[in-house]
Amino acid sequence: MAVEIQREKYRSKVGEVVLGATKEQGGSRSHTITVGGESTLPFLHFEGDMPNRPVVALEILDMVPEEWHPCLEKYYGDVYADPADWAKKCVDEYGADLVQIRLSSADPDLKDSSPEDCAATVKKVLEAVGVPLIVIGCGKAEKDNLIYPVVAEAAAGENLLLGVAELENYKAITSACMAHQHNVIAQSPIDINICKQLNILIAEMSTAMAGRIIIDPTIAALGYGIEYTYSIMERARNGALQGDKMLAMPMIGNIGYETWRTKEANTPADEAPGWGEQEARGILWEATTAMAYLQSGMDILVMRHPRAAALVKQNIDELMQDNSY
Amino acid sequence: MGLTGLEIFKHLPKTNCKECGAPTCLAFAMSLASGKATLDACPYVTDEARAALDSAAAPPIKLVKIGTGDHQLELGDETELFRHDKRFFHPTGVAVLISDTGDAAAEAAAFDELEFDRVGLHYVTDVVAVKCDSGDGAKFKAAVEAVAAKTAKAMILICEDPAVLAGALEAVADRKPLLYAATADNYEKMVELAKAKGCPLAVRGKNLDELAELVEKIVALGYKELVLDSGARDTSKVLADLTQIRRSAIRKRFRPFGYPTIAFTGKEDPLEEVVQAGVYLSKYASIVVLRAAKKEQLLPLLSWRQNLFTDPQKPIAVEPKLYEVGDVNEDSPVYCTTNFSLTYFIVEGEVENSRIPSYILSVDTGGISVLTAYADNKFSGEIIAKAMKEAGLESKVKHKKIVIPGHVAVLKGTLEEESGWEVLVGPREAAGIPKFAKENFA
Repeated sequence: MAVEIQREKYRSKVGEVVLGATKEQGGSRSHTITVGGESTLPFLHFEGDMPNRPVVALEILDMVPEEWHPCLEKYYGDVYADPADWAKKCVDEYGADLVQIRLSSADPDLKDSSPEDCAATVKKVLEAVGVPLIVIGCGKAEKDNLIYPVVAEAAAGENLLLGVAELENYKAITSACMAHQHNVIAQSPIDINICKQLNILIAEMSTAMAGRIIIDPTIAALGYGIEYTYSIMERARNGALQGDKMLAMPMIGNIGYETWRTKEANTPADEAPGWGEQEARGILWEATTAMAYLQSGMDILVMRHPRAAALVKQNIDELMQDNSY
Repeated sequence: MGLTGLEIFKHLPKTNCKECGAPTCLAFAMSLASGKATLDACPYVTDEARAALDSAAAPPIKLVKIGTGDHQLELGDETELFRHDKRFFHPTGVAVLISDTGDAAAEAAAFDELEFDRVGLHYVTDVVAVKCDSGDGAKFKAAVEAVAAKTAKAMILICEDPAVLAGALEAVADRKPLLYAATADNYEKMVELAKAKGCPLAVRGKNLDELAELVEKIVALGYKELVLDSGARDTSKVLADLTQIRRSAIRKRFRPFGYPTIAFTGKEDPLEEVVQAGVYLSKYASIVVLRAAKKEQLLPLLSWRQNLFTDPQKPIAVEPKLYEVGDVNEDSPVYCTTNFSLTYFIVEGEVENSRIPSYILSVDTGGISVLTAYADNKFSGEIIAKAMKEAGLESKVKHKKIVIPGHVAVLKGTLEEESGWEVLVGPREAAGIPKFAKENFA
């Protein structure tokens, strides 16, 4: 008996965003990465297209991390001190599709590095690796607003993904991206209306920027509200497919950062014998978080543990297999 | 999709007698359609109409139970494709696979201990699947008996030879295990066995078409306690098939697919298995079977299940009370926040990160977050002061200082007045707590 296959008819699709630029395009990347473009829900190849596979970025800092779990030292300990070496290791040894550098040292409470120092670091990382780069600020808006224009100018032509724009603070970063043709991460606090509103505000500054937005819905780790973000993302993606242009952007999430703040990833086995061995638990805490976000439509997964990243890349490979009827 | 109000209305007496409590038959039909009323309220509905309406009102996915007593597992009876449309009701059964070629008793004993406590919740691995890999009836029976002796949790017996399965089932039939699986080759004997013992039966096709055909044959034999397996084993294909089964059942009321589903991982590496199982758990499997059996492997999966199956409309709350983080004493700092569990656990995590033993007063805001509770007047100076008194803070610490969230700095004045304590305005985001603590309490 032939079963009638259920195929949804969607009106629209997610926009595509290209990250990075090759020499011919005015940058120095060995290749570009295109994200988005889905015309169906995640991995339902039987009813629509998913022209670009979701990608895994590994995150690095521009300083030796103060609070990363010691289990990560055996992977990154030898390169913590040099962001360029660190980025290279992420790409060459751990297969990162792209690298995200967080300019932590600029934090006035940490090293208070100058915008020029930050730009120099970004340049060094660009020289060290050929993959497209994600650059995010230190998280202190006042300082970040000084950094964006300098970094954007120093990396002009490289078509960075720069973050983050927030509802209360989106103009400086958007202007910097407009002036030097970079892409912007628009972050909203687990709220679909603010997400839309922010995208509209950025698009109002420049219609060209509307096609250069990556949504960061603000993710939570497994066990810490993941289901809220999961549902917000499902709603946003359904909205995009039904024709809401201001939700039709690819999505990004800082999975490593959120996961490795949790008790479950960090607590040693002797302090929580009921939870089993720590490193494998942390790896799976991160990979399971990523798995769930792949199912709710994430396009760029920013991860930390190399083994978790490998597990997720494997999962993406499998899910990208055609499943048409 | 059930019947619309108008379709139901056609079957009603149309007398507008009001005895059901609704002003008109049409209003009653509308209430029926939205699930707010049941047909029993109408004293005059004909048997014919009842039959027509009952079959249309049957749940799109049948509720099937495996196991008995405290360890019974309810599967299916889902109504949504997305949890944000309402909620998912019956958490996916997570089953650990034990082969009859290994040390079944030892593995079952280890399985029985797979229970976890985190954030005040208790997670359980609920099913054990025993598989006949040996092809030897006596061996399989011995393994099933050994497992049954070590755990009281629900069971799945995996064996496609009806005679071998029948032998092993003798020992555990009263536990109502799920029998896996009826196929095109063995279904008549399998149905006979399942019927005789009153056990649920898994049905496996080579693909969706064969599965639907097989289900219809089994239903024609008079058995409906079924669990579906499309036969797919590749991650992407399983995702597609589970999505088709769920959509057909809910959107189209396609009866052959109106049953719970089962999915199997197909990986050597247990970490890969967990990620694959996570995909199936996210997208509609009612049971997922895997070999991974270590605590660090199952805790993430069970946590995801717990998160996914929560009711999105109901804020999750922690018990409002005074919590101790670390080895507190009478000089320890005191923080206060709401009893929305997310807020509380994030604050708790950051207070822990500060490495300064502290108290956290979780104020009863009905489980809503700081700003929402403030806007709703559920997190005010008066309410916090009252909670401080009830928690007996006076007798716990001698410093009379309390930290409030930065977002509600405006409460400082009233809280100081109400409590007589000094109020410190903390950071706006919990992430700022370690630094705040270092500056104020170190």
